[in-house]
Amino acid sequence: MVKVSEKKKSVKKSSEEEEEEVRYGEEEEEDGELRGEGDEEEGDEEEEEDERKRQKLLDAIGSLGGRRKRRKRSQAERSEAAALMSEFTVNAEGGGDKVQLSDLIGTADRVPAKTRKQLENLQRVRKSIQSPLSRRESDRIQRDVAFQKAASEVSRWKEVIRQNQRAEQLVFPLHQDPPGPGPGPVERLVSGWRARTPLEEEVFALLSANKQPIHDPVLTPREEASVRAMSLEEAKVRRAELQKARALQSYYEARARRERKIKSKKYHRVQNKAKRKEFLKKFEEMVEADPAGALEELHRMEVARMKERMSLKHQNSGKWAKSKAIMAKYDEGARRAMQQQLEVNKELTQKVVTSLNEEEEEEEEEVLPGFVNDAERGVDSSNPWMRGKLSEERKEAEEEEEEVMETVDLTVEEEEEEEEEEVKETEEEVLLREFDSRRKLRQAEEAETAPVISVEEEEEEEERAASDREEEEEEEEERAASDREEEEEEEEKAASDREEEELSEFTTLFRGISDAEKVATDSAAPLQEGLIRIRTLEDVDLLSQEAPDDEAPPLPPPPPLPQPSAAVNPPPPATEKTGKPKKRKRGIELKQVLTKDTKAIKVPLAPTVEDGEEDGEEDGEEDEEQRGLIREAFAGDDVVSDFLKDKRKQEDSGKPAVVDLTLPGWGEWGGTGLKPSRGKRRRFRVKAAPPPPRKDQHLPSVIISEKRNSAISGHQVNSLPFPFANPAQFESAVRTPLGRTWNTERTVKKVVKPRVVTRMGAIIEPMQREELMKDRKRAGGKTTLDSLTKKH
Amino acid sequence: MKVKVLSRNPDDYVRETKLDIQRVPRNYDPTLHPFEVSREYTRALNATKLDRVFAKPFLASLDGHRDGVNCMAKHTTSLSTLLSGSCDGEVRVWNLSKRECGRTLQAHEGFVRGMVVRFCGTSFFTVGDDKTIKQWKMETPGYGEEEEPLNTILGKTVFTGLDHHRKDAVFATCGQQVDIWDEQRSSPIRSFTWGVDSFSSVSFNPVETELLASCASDRSIVLYDMRESAPLKKVIMTMRSNTLCWNPMEAYYFTSSNEDYNLYTYDMRYLDRPITVHMDHVSAVLDVDYSPTGKEFVSASFDKTVRIFPKDGGHSREVYHTKRMQHVICVKWSADNKYILSGSDEMNIRLWKANASEKLGVLAPRERESRNYSQKLKEKFQHHPQIRRITHHRHLPKNVYHQSKELRIMKEARRRKERNVRKHSKPGTVPVVSEKAKHVVTVVK
Repeated sequence: MVKVSEKKKSVKKSSEEEEEEVRYGEEEEEDGELRGEGDEEEGDEEEEEDERKRQKLLDAIGSLGGRRKRRKRSQAERSEAAALMSEFTVNAEGGGDKVQLSDLIGTADRVPAKTRKQLENLQRVRKSIQSPLSRRESDRIQRDVAFQKAASEVSRWKEVIRQNQRAEQLVFPLHQDPPGPGPGPVERLVSGWRARTPLEEEVFALLSANKQPIHDPVLTPREEASVRAMSLEEAKVRRAELQKARALQSYYEARARRERKIKSKKYHRVQNKAKRKEFLKKFEEMVEADPAGALEELHRMEVARMKERMSLKHQNSGKWAKSKAIMAKYDEGARRAMQQQLEVNKELTQKVVTSLNEEEEEEEEEVLPGFVNDAERGVDSSNPWMRGKLSEERKEAEEEEEEVMETVDLTVEEEEEEEEEEVKETEEEVLLREFDSRRKLRQAEEAETAPVISVEEEEEEEERAASDREEEEEEEEERAASDREEEEEEEEKAASDREEEELSEFTTLFRGISDAEKVATDSAAPLQEGLIRIRTLEDVDLLSQEAPDDEAPPLPPPPPLPQPSAAVNPPPPATEKTGKPKKRKRGIELKQVLTKDTKAIKVPLAPTVEDGEEDGEEDGEEDEEQRGLIREAFAGDDVVSDFLKDKRKQEDSGKPAVVDLTLPGWGEWGGTGLKPSRGKRRRFRVKAAPPPPRKDQHLPSVIISEKRNSAISGHQVNSLPFPFANPAQFESAVRTPLGRTWNTERTVKKVVKPRVVTRMGAIIEPMQREELMKDRKRAGGKTTLDSLTKKH
Repeated sequence: MKVKVLSRNPDDYVRETKLDIQRVPRNYDPTLHPFEVSREYTRALNATKLDRVFAKPFLASLDGHRDGVNCMAKHTTSLSTLLSGSCDGEVRVWNLSKRECGRTLQAHEGFVRGMVVRFCGTSFFTVGDDKTIKQWKMETPGYGEEEEPLNTILGKTVFTGLDHHRKDAVFATCGQQVDIWDEQRSSPIRSFTWGVDSFSSVSFNPVETELLASCASDRSIVLYDMRESAPLKKVIMTMRSNTLCWNPMEAYYFTSSNEDYNLYTYDMRYLDRPITVHMDHVSAVLDVDYSPTGKEFVSASFDKTVRIFPKDGGHSREVYHTKRMQHVICVKWSADNKYILSGSDEMNIRLWKANASEKLGVLAPRERESRNYSQKLKEKFQHHPQIRRITHHRHLPKNVYHQSKELRIMKEARRRKERNVRKHSKPGTVPVVSEKAKHVVTVVK
């Protein structure tokens, strides 16, 4: 029974242990078998009969055997309870009958079928348990297992370590706290913070007065209260709305700010116009919808217009406008500003056209705007009186004006001038007529002023042998001054008259000047100076080439003399028409300027002009001169042939010599006057293999020495260093420069980054477990990323 | 009047503040800057030379001990504090910034064998030849108070080494066996023995904090796990290891200093051969300590020199010695990676720079940049013979120099002989044994 109970216990145990346990059970079973089962347990009647028979048999056997057996048998009987029972006293009685598992189980009804099956299976497999390992061996196994565990634990760091080894830069300590206070708004951390300075106090007073959030929670008290009054869902929605509203507000603000910042006047003008249009549209609608309101509006507009008409605000009569008026001659911007003022005025004083007004008025207005617009469109015109045909001429004049102003501009564009020509051809007759009349007028007026100046200038020039750039500028200024004087005089005349006068004057003046300039191709410098310089340089060749041009300049440079230049310039080439002599002449001169002749004029200028003014052409000239000089200096030397000789010598020295091994008198007669035979000589001459082709073989002007230079070899690497796989790799690594001479600042910073950076005075703690976590996270992130990319 | 001039955007040449350097527009066209290699080579050469010129590593000598300095301990939280124990049982606490001794206490009778500061930095432990473990307060006792240990544990045998766990209140000692102690108990919570040998040092792994390793006098290095009841593994080498130090950044690497003049870096997972054999010392190596960045380590030797090795380099990058420095017994690398401390036989502790030519103190940004640049240049041209010659040149004491020469000759002779033997024997009978494999006798599981 004991065994059975044991068996049951074993069954109950977990399936893993089952086998072993069962095995133990088996063993015990076997023991039981050894012990036999001759006990009084079975109490059937049949058994009793058997018992009797057996008893008889035993007695018979006992009588046959001796005492010993009997004693043994007696020993087998257990008479008293004892803690220890020797296994050697086991009775072999009835050894043949083994207790079967089925016998044991048979009595127990409750054993489930499944378990029974398992037990039967087990019964079939008969294995004895192995003897336990010696202590030494078990220890060893234990150690091994523990080591494996530790090793696997440590191996977790593999990835971190590899990353750190590969990292371009490691900053120690690895886990740094951010230098400032930790995350979160400053206010939360510094709870004891209070506004101290007056500014701070003011700001906070303002904020609190408006019930604005001072600390991090972004909601105002009112908002908070409303949020509190709502459910969570509602609050969320509300908050989202609030956020949106706030965002929109900020967008609008930002936009308004941006628009306000825009300086473009044009933009604002357009904007205003659009607004006006919009307003008018609205007004129209209003007329239909709400006539009373519209009338009121109209009245208001009318009042505004009246006010504008009364005021001098946009009439160009203020101090600013006056100053601008003075500048208007020379300054495009000033002119434009004035123009704009007038435009504004016009706009504001314009009558609003509505269906409420009479139709007649409309007609009038229709006429008016057209005219006004025409005048206004000529943006260049600084005065509203300039209109219609004149505007074009005005434009031309301006261009020329600009040309005069350009003191440094050396490159006169051909196209511009060509265009000018075309323009002029269309208006030639008109212009010429005007010029004639006006010139006479002006000459009469300026008899006192301008000529004096010009004379002075001439004197000055004569005094100065080498006139500088500064002088030129000075002259220009003087000229400008004279212009101004003229203006003042003219201002006294009628406005319209004056303008026209001035313009024509300018045009003529500048034409003259520009002619001169173009010949010299030196924008600001008057031509005659150039001539003088040429003489001083005595560059005869060039002079002879430029003779016609030279003659033109000597005329007095200053403004009032445009005509003479035209008159004195007859010699230049053909294609001069009687009707428009000036025009033609101009064209011809331009051509001259653009062809090689220009060069000739410029060269003499070169030495006198300071360094900034050198032209490419001048350089070319100088080069030639230089070359000539060098040629002269090295007249005797034949450098080229020397070089070639040198090269040949080098090549020869590189060639292996022919070794002559002929022994005179060997195999033939020898002696004075006898030479070894030719055949023999040929036979014993040893020719070495030709050397590899020289590197400078195809470079006629280079000698490349192929000798090893011992001075350099000391600095060269003679074996490939470790991490490099081939020499090319190493060479490229060396060839890449690191310094800021060759690289941009950012590249240098990147390239030069040190591998290990430590913070001063910081204790570097050993690696911590958190790094492992971080790494794992990173790896996780990476894998998800990878998977994502794979998907796509 | 209209004057046309060249106009430039001021942003191109005006600096934002006056502290900025002047902006210089540059043209990076390579044809304008020829000979880049040769120019950079020159710069590298100059930088290398200057590096040697400014190499003045010795900073200070801390004297005060009345016997040889036997052990040192870094403070865990204060960079300027150093503890040292001498052979007469005296412990001194030094202030490194002032370079003076702040406190002296007679901790033991006989040698102070080991010393370690608790992770919190408030107390430290010492073990001595008098079979005691003592815990001391870091603070100097007040006026009138006696210098008494917080705690004293009397052991059965002599303790030869000591190390503290990085996070827990647990420490390990070694002597006849390796013991793990709880700070609260007077008997070890665990003892490890494996054979009957004495141990010379024990050290905790700073990364995987439950692991520790010890050097035994049977020429072995033994690994333990604090949580297990038995040791993990041991490797027996040809000669005894004196101390060992774990790499603080790489969990499974440690380096041991050996009696055979070499240091060995092992991967604890593969003990059958070291990862690297570090040679250069000409006498027994007595102590080793890793730099806190885990890139280099410093070793102290009986040959009166201190050497700095890269963690994966076979030879040292630096050797420090002075005329007066005798056998160096202990060495530490400071926790900010800037200094090295060596304690030697002649009672002095010496403070060295970890980078001989480094400028101490704050560097201006431009200075730092130029230093980085020259560093990179040196790195780039390091294989060029002239530069290598200069960077590698070191002055050595005469005896060390001659001894190293002698060692070289011996090694060469041995190699030659082996080669000859191999040449004259049946192929395959004399296998080539690598230098790494030569020094490991066996691995015991």
